Amino acid sequence: MTDTTAAPAFRGASLTEPDARTRRRNAAERRFRLLGVGAVAIGLVALVILLGSILNNGLSAFRQTYITFPITLDAAVLDKQGNRNPEEMKKVTTIGYGKLMQQALLDALDEQGIDKGDLTDKEIMALLSKEAPADLRDAVLADPSVVGQTIPVNAFATSRLDGYLKGRVTMESATRDANISPEQLQLADRMEAAGLIEKRLNWGFLTRPDASELRPEAAGLGVAILGSAYMMIVVLVLSLPIGVAASIYLEELAPKNRWTDLIEINIANLAAVPSIVFGILALALFINTWGLPQSAPLVGGLVLTLMTLPTIIIATRASLKAVPPSIRDAALGVGASKMQAIFHHVLPLAMPGILTGTILGLARALGESAPLLLIGMVAFVRDFPGAPPQGLLDPASALPVQVYTWTQRADPAFVERASGAIIVLLVFLLTMNALAIILRRRFERRW
Amino acid sequence: MPARPIPAVLPAAFLTAMLAALPAAARDNIQISGSSTVLPYATIVAELFGENFDHPTPVVEGGGSGAGRKKLCEGVGEGTIDIANSSSRIKQSDIDLCTANGVTGVMEVRFGYDGIVFAALRDQPDFAFTPADWFRALSARVVRDGALAPNTARSWDEVNPAFPRHEILAFIPGTKHGTREVFDHNVLLAGCKETGAYDLYADAVQGDDDAKKKEAETRCLDLRTDGVAVDIDGDYTETLARVRANPAGIGVFGLSFYQSNTDRLRVYTMNGVVPSVDSIASGEYPVSRPLFFYVKLAHMGVIPGLRDYVTFFLSDEVAGPDGPLADYGLVPDPKLHETQALVAAERPMEPLSQ
Repeated sequence: MTDTTAAPAFRGASLTEPDARTRRRNAAERRFRLLGVGAVAIGLVALVILLGSILNNGLSAFRQTYITFPITLDAAVLDKQGNRNPEEMKKVTTIGYGKLMQQALLDALDEQGIDKGDLTDKEIMALLSKEAPADLRDAVLADPSVVGQTIPVNAFATSRLDGYLKGRVTMESATRDANISPEQLQLADRMEAAGLIEKRLNWGFLTRPDASELRPEAAGLGVAILGSAYMMIVVLVLSLPIGVAASIYLEELAPKNRWTDLIEINIANLAAVPSIVFGILALALFINTWGLPQSAPLVGGLVLTLMTLPTIIIATRASLKAVPPSIRDAALGVGASKMQAIFHHVLPLAMPGILTGTILGLARALGESAPLLLIGMVAFVRDFPGAPPQGLLDPASALPVQVYTWTQRADPAFVERASGAIIVLLVFLLTMNALAIILRRRFERRW
Repeated sequence: MPARPIPAVLPAAFLTAMLAALPAAARDNIQISGSSTVLPYATIVAELFGENFDHPTPVVEGGGSGAGRKKLCEGVGEGTIDIANSSSRIKQSDIDLCTANGVTGVMEVRFGYDGIVFAALRDQPDFAFTPADWFRALSARVVRDGALAPNTARSWDEVNPAFPRHEILAFIPGTKHGTREVFDHNVLLAGCKETGAYDLYADAVQGDDDAKKKEAETRCLDLRTDGVAVDIDGDYTETLARVRANPAGIGVFGLSFYQSNTDRLRVYTMNGVVPSVDSIASGEYPVSRPLFFYVKLAHMGVIPGLRDYVTFFLSDEVAGPDGPLADYGLVPDPKLHETQALVAAERPMEPLSQ
């Protein structure tokens, strides 16, 4: 007995007065609790800082500054033949439309009695986005009957003016800015007072394609959202049947031997393989060997399928395993074949778990960017991909990749848009995760 | 030639079924890849091109000059790109790769110049640099009392008594950047010769003049490794972020990047010349480089719109002094009309002279 010498210390110890050892143990527990609270707090603070900075930078991307003024679409300029034939009207380039717009803007300023200061016509025109003439040209070519009429235009303001209304650009910074001058901002102040300039909700951020560095105000997520959606369709169509079939075979039908063990270990390992590895595989196999096009959502979908499959297989096998053997036994007992037992009883009961696993796998695939960089989805794509199935081979972008490309652009306005894109991506991810939780809550059965 | 899919596994079978459902269509968009310095210019032209022509907007990808040229030389056919953007001249190794893969006619198009500027945050002190100052600040060894000695300067006033007392910290492009070559050649090597270090290096070598020249040029580019010169392997946004985190630092940027961020950055002169589109076009500002793109002539007339795109890119209204590219910071090529003639004739490039 080693503690015979220590034992007398305990004799006569009070139940209400904790002795030194109890106090030490209690203190250790308190410290551990505090550590736990601290760990959670650090996590929460990090989350708040992250979300706070993203929301702070990005929410303004959903509102955009517009300049509104009437424009007379002069038939003598836009349609020299006068037969409203879009094919012939295409000869007028955006430069021609730009001149028309410049005149209309100057006329609008004169009509409202706004003092133009010492600014040249070109400097006033610089307040308008370079996208504006292109939008007008598209609108006219889509509906040639408007030629000759006076229509109101809602044009984007240039990103610096937009930044001024959002507080990113100030009079002081404009004195040093090569792209805008304080005089231009003063004119903008007068135009705002006259109601020509207004900040409004910008649906274009979600629907328009990407834009070059000269017109960040026009850049939108349209092509990226569509590209991501196409990829998710490909992933869903391929990975759900393949994943479920593989899991059913492995879980219910396959013999337990060395081969199935090997396959199982490999699937578990594949789930942990860095995603860039799948990108390299896709580049070598799908693009270089099979000759599929670059930047295509189909290829992106195939890579993400490979990446998602292990996750789906693991989730599906877990939910198949969770169905009690008594269900199978009962089905087999009343004379069902093995296949009937699986498809009539086991699979429906496992379905909520399978769907949850699939949705979580899709959510991970949606946020994945690394493998897409290797297959050309990081490109500047301005044309919307066509309708599937052909559209699956058209070039497109993807949401996480769009965030990446925007953070690399030189113009500060793209910082705001990159954060806006992150918000959109987070909303999609939250929706998918919420859907998974709802499915699990509603349909999950406990045995 | 793409191999036929092998339906060895289930996914392949699915894919074959899906592909069979797709009507085979010829590629109708131009595909461009390469330098991230040229990328903004190429996207601006692509955007204008898509807007004003009946062809789809070209798909433009970054990834680096070397990677772009390698992709161009992968072969001829729809699966390969049409144009490689490059911020440095094509190398003999690329041409050899092209020849090996059957890409014979490659047209070299120089469309303008890019200035490389030294800039710091707005509130930093004033400097008027010369290449010699940069060599004395960043080189591994400097000339002291007529001999080469390890560089120990910590403050700019040790480099040049005319400068204020200010910590030396420089963010320079990493070695894989095309910008670094220009920095090495036009700043460090020039400074090396100016300070006499070049001659000291050359004298120390035994052998003929060629060996001396080669050795001296390599030694001149040795940078100090004590953390004063920081290589940036990312793009200029990373350099800007580093300069903002270390306000004492001076960064190396492209002229166009600086022009988009003039409200935050101040630019320094080199040999007393302020970098601008004009001073670079006239050749007064010493640190600049030509920008190129390389066109695969075998795709001309096969990929719709390729000829139009190249002609449009080089037109006066796009690449000229009043065009959108100059607005963004491109230094227009004074010999643009020669390049236009070259493009009109679709003349493949001559073998490299070296």
